[in-house]
Amino acid sequence: MTREIRLTVNGREHTARVEPRTSLADCLRDALDLTGTHVGCEHGVCGACTVLLDGEPVRSCLMLAIQAVGHGVTTVEGLAPHEGLSPLQQAFQDKHGLQCGYCTPGILLATHAFLREHPEPTHEEIREMLAGHLCRCTGYHFIVEAVEAAARAVVRPKPA
Amino acid sequence: MKPAPFDYLAATSAEEAIAALVQHGDEAKLLAGGQSLVPMLNLRLARPAVLVDINRAAELDYLRETDGRVHIGAIRRQAAVERWARERLPLLATALKHVGHLAIRNRGTVVGSVAHADPASELPALLLCLDGDVVARGPRGDRVIPAGALYRAPLTTSVAADELVTEARFTLPRPEAGWGFAEVARRHGDFALVGAAALLWLDGGGRVAGARLAFFGVGSTPTRGTAAETALTGQTPSTERIVAAARAAAAVLQPEGDLHASARYRQDVAAVLAERTLAEAWKRCRKTP
Repeated sequence: MTREIRLTVNGREHTARVEPRTSLADCLRDALDLTGTHVGCEHGVCGACTVLLDGEPVRSCLMLAIQAVGHGVTTVEGLAPHEGLSPLQQAFQDKHGLQCGYCTPGILLATHAFLREHPEPTHEEIREMLAGHLCRCTGYHFIVEAVEAAARAVVRPKPA
Repeated sequence: MKPAPFDYLAATSAEEAIAALVQHGDEAKLLAGGQSLVPMLNLRLARPAVLVDINRAAELDYLRETDGRVHIGAIRRQAAVERWARERLPLLATALKHVGHLAIRNRGTVVGSVAHADPASELPALLLCLDGDVVARGPRGDRVIPAGALYRAPLTTSVAADELVTEARFTLPRPEAGWGFAEVARRHGDFALVGAAALLWLDGGGRVAGARLAFFGVGSTPTRGTAAETALTGQTPSTERIVAAARAAAAVLQPEGDLHASARYRQDVAAVLAERTLAEAWKRCRKTP
């Protein structure tokens, strides 16, 4: 009992056949081959599957693909410029804000939206935002530093 | 961890959703923000035959302030309510900050949480603390259910299977009222082990004109701390009186122990949080003009 749906992902129109029960995360990965979105706990706790829905972070494991029709979805594939890394991604690389990388796409998308709302975030605000994302490798310190570096790079770029 | 198959219906109005509930009865489940229901589907703790999605019923996406109350429509997201509440109802804004994480609150709805009736969640207790109620709409029309008559058991309310909660209404505290909120959880965003919300306002003579205290995480439903409310009303607040009132309210609770915390621990923490939230509320009280 599948249905055909049209989704806008990273600014592009896609068509996919899904069951009503297919999560947005599974649709992105399996039907659209956008495997940058990772699936961890599948009940909203770990944050690995976080994507942006109309610019706001949401758990793609807690949304049905069919519910995303008519909305704009942004995945980690949509963050990077055509070549190379975005300043946010670059900050994560520079500060070793990742090890295995499983949690990273979700953290990048949440941080992307977070920096828009908090252009000059405090340590406390960064940690609270990251609390929605489980990372088993880093112990978070380098992730906090990466977000701070990204805030400096994205929001207050050095004068040329 | 995938849900069992279900049929899916996207209702575009409350009426359409209720018609689907009438047609499918117990087999149907309403889907609003989905932040509690979808985990239950994924874990197959819930296996509805039909999911009635109300996210496309735009008429239910509203927040209105009228008659000293805020009316929140069934699909208004928690994050949006939080932004409004920072200025207008800081007690609610503070409680909302403890509901999951931002990504959860961007989808989760206030009404969904109120109607889901998880005894460890914040918003049902807030509905009690703020003299709230819900409007349940069904084939026989609308009926109002006060918070005190809504919660029956964990995840169980007095809303019937063919009814949709169209809105939740919270009373806006009078401007001179002070408030307090506290919870103890393992990690930020986790379900609370114990939590409390309090409201206090004074009369011209500095005596307590009204008090509200509500607990969550300490029983099968959110619970009013009536003993503390009664003990404080008419009295001039003092630290000793607040401590005694908090202890009296916690003494009658009957929390259950589980893997996360023993019953004894919950009861002890409830007394401490009642004391802290009442003291905080007292500190925030303004003089009656």
